[in-house]
Amino acid sequence: MKANSPSVALFIPCYVDQFYPQVGIATLELLEKLGCQVTYPLGQTCCGQPLANAGYARDTVGTASHFIETFNDYDYVVCPSGSCTLHVKEHFPAIAGLEKEQKALEHKIYELIEFITDVLKIEKLEGKFPHRVGFHSSCHGQRGLHLSSGSELNQPPYNKARKLLENLEGLEWVELSRTDECCGFGGTFAVTEEALSIQMGKDRLADHQQHKTEILTGGDMSCIMHLQGIATRSKQELKFLHLAEILNKALL
Amino acid sequence: MTHPENATEFLKDSQKSKWHDETLWFVRDKRDKVSKGIPEWEQLRELASGIKDYVLANLADYLEEFERNAIKNGIIVHWAADSEEHNRLVLEILQQQNCKAVVKSKSILTEECHLNPYLEKHGVEVVDTDLGERIVQFLNQPPSHIVLPAIHLKKREISELFHEKLHTEKGNEDPAYLTQAARIHLREKFFGAKVAITGVNFGIAETGEFVVCTNEGNADMGVHLAQVHIACMGIEKILPRRKDLGVFLRLLARSATGQPITNYNSHFRNPSPGKEIHIILVDNGRTAQLAREKFRNSLKCIRCGACMNTCPIYRRSGGFSYNSTVPGPIGSILSPGLDLKKHSSLPFASTLCGSCTDVCPVKINIHEQLYEWRQEVTKTHGEFAKGLSMKLANGIFKSPLAYKISGSMMRNALKSLPNSLIYHPLNIWGKNRNLPDPPKESFQQWYQKNRS
Repeated sequence: MKANSPSVALFIPCYVDQFYPQVGIATLELLEKLGCQVTYPLGQTCCGQPLANAGYARDTVGTASHFIETFNDYDYVVCPSGSCTLHVKEHFPAIAGLEKEQKALEHKIYELIEFITDVLKIEKLEGKFPHRVGFHSSCHGQRGLHLSSGSELNQPPYNKARKLLENLEGLEWVELSRTDECCGFGGTFAVTEEALSIQMGKDRLADHQQHKTEILTGGDMSCIMHLQGIATRSKQELKFLHLAEILNKALL
Repeated sequence: MTHPENATEFLKDSQKSKWHDETLWFVRDKRDKVSKGIPEWEQLRELASGIKDYVLANLADYLEEFERNAIKNGIIVHWAADSEEHNRLVLEILQQQNCKAVVKSKSILTEECHLNPYLEKHGVEVVDTDLGERIVQFLNQPPSHIVLPAIHLKKREISELFHEKLHTEKGNEDPAYLTQAARIHLREKFFGAKVAITGVNFGIAETGEFVVCTNEGNADMGVHLAQVHIACMGIEKILPRRKDLGVFLRLLARSATGQPITNYNSHFRNPSPGKEIHIILVDNGRTAQLAREKFRNSLKCIRCGACMNTCPIYRRSGGFSYNSTVPGPIGSILSPGLDLKKHSSLPFASTLCGSCTDVCPVKINIHEQLYEWRQEVTKTHGEFAKGLSMKLANGIFKSPLAYKISGSMMRNALKSLPNSLIYHPLNIWGKNRNLPDPPKESFQQWYQKNRS
C-alpha cells in the first residue's frame, strides 16, 4: 500500500452486504491490489433508493443524513453499484445543515469502475481471465453515470468496463444484439410490474444465450440478482459474476 | 385496470407480444441508424430543446403574435379552454356549414378531446383518413401509438377486418392490395366531405401559418377538396420563426420512423378564394402543466413517438395498457397532470432506465419526471401498506443497529425456512425468480472478522 494514497471508504449497498458478501470482498481486495487504503465504515446502512424510487423520497431524510455523516471523513467513497452511486449523487433529498458535506459527497463518490479508470487513471489491468464474458449494461451506470456510450445517442462509442476487461488475457467479449436494453429489475418495479419484469429479464438472457455467453457480468448486482434468479429458476447454464469479482480473480 | 394488470394480460399471448416488441424495436433501430447519419444530431436536439424552452417561457407573447398574423392571413382564430369548448366550436362550424360528414387527418389533440364520439352523438359522420387510424376506427378502438395507430394489429387481423368492412377477398393479406382497397374507400369519403379537420404539428408565430406533417398526404387530400378547413392545435405547438422548421422537421421524421423527412410537410397560410380556414387553439390542461415547474418541459413534446418505440415497457405491454390517449413514457408524464387518480400507476410503469430521455429529440427529461410524478402520486394516492413499509425501512436504514438485526434476521429466515414458505404465492419476487442463496455471513461480519 502506498503511504500517501488517498483514503477510500467502501460503500457496500445493503443487498450486497446481505446477499453477496463475496462482491464486497472482491471490491475491497481489488482496490487494495491497486494501491488504495480502504476502510469500510461500520455504521453504514443503505442509500435509500428503494424508498425514493417508490415515491417516498421525502421519507429518506434520516437515511440520507446518516449516509452523509458516515462517509464525511474520507477522500473518496467507492461503491460497486452504479445505481446506488447515482442515487447518492442525484436523488438524495437536500439535508438542512449538511449542505456543504452533501455537495462534497456528490463529487467524491464513485462507482468502482469509474474510480479505477477516472481517478486511479488505470487504463490497463494485467491479468488473465480465459472465459467468454457477456456484459450487462446497468441503465443507471450507463445513462446515469455515463460509464459507457448509449445506443440512443450520436456519440463516439466507449465503455469503461470493456476497456478493463478486454485487456485481460484470454477474455472473449460477447457482442449482443441489443447492447444496452434494460433487464427489467427496476427496484420495486420487479414486484409491482412482475410480468413485465420477468419478460424483460428473459429477453436479456436469451440475447446472452444466443451469443454464447459463458459468464454474465455487470456493475450492478441488483440487475444480476434478477437475471440470475430467472436463469436459475429456468435451469439455464449461465454463470454470473460482478465485474469486481472478475477483475479481482484475474489479477491474482 | 391498472398498468400492471393490462401488461400481464398483453404478455399472455407471448408470440404476439414478442412480435410487438420486435416490430417497434425495428423502428427504434431505424431511428438509431438514420440519426447517426447526420453528425450534428446532438446539436439539433440541443437547439430544438432550447427553442422549445424559449417558446414556453414566452408562450403568451408568441400565441398573440401567431393570432395577429393568422388573422391578417384571413384565418379565423378560435380559443378553447378545454376539450368541451373545443368540441363545441368544431360542431358550431360544422352546423354553420350544414355539414353532416367530415374527414379528419391524424390529430392526437382531437383524440385527447374525444371529438369523434362527440360529433357522432350530434349526427356527424367522422372518417379518419390516416390508414392506421381508419383501421382502429373500424374496430372502435383508440390508436395504440401516436404515430403508428394500428401497430398492435397484425396483417391477418387487418385482412379479416377489411374483408368484413370493405369486402376485400377473404384471406388476402397482401399489404398493397389492402391499402388499395382503403384508398378507394377513402376517396369516396374525401369527395363527400365539405369540411376537413386536421391537427397541427407546428404553428409559426412570425407568419401566422401552420404546418401539418403526414406520410400519406391525407391531410392535403381532405383540405383541398373541402370548403372549410378546421385545424386543431395545442397551444404548445408554436415556433417563433419559419426557419426553426429546419431544426424540427429534420428531427421529427428521423425520430418518428427513421425517415429523413416526412413525405408531406404542408404549409397552410391563407384560405383559397371562397374557402375558409379555422384554427382552434386549445389549452385543455396545458397552462396548468406550464405552471408545474418540474413537469413544464413535458410540453416541449413534438409527438414523434420515439420514446414509445424505445421503451422496453411499452414494447412489451402495448399502447392500450396505459389507458391514456398518449401512451408510453411521454403519456406517463402528461396524463397524471390531467387526472392523477386515473393515471396513478403510469409513473410506476417504468424501470427509470432513461432510454426515453436519450431518444427524445427535444430532450425532455422523461425518466426524471416519472420519478418526480411518483413522489406526487404517493402524497395523495399511495397505498397505505406501501407507505408504512417504506417508513419502516427508513427507520431501519437510518439506524445501523436496527439494520444489522433486520438483515441477519432476513438471512437466517431464508436459510431455515422451507422453500414452500419462501416461494409462497404472496412472494411476488419468487413467483418466477429464485432468491440468491443466503450466505453464511454478511460482508460486514466478514470485514469485522478479517479486517478490523
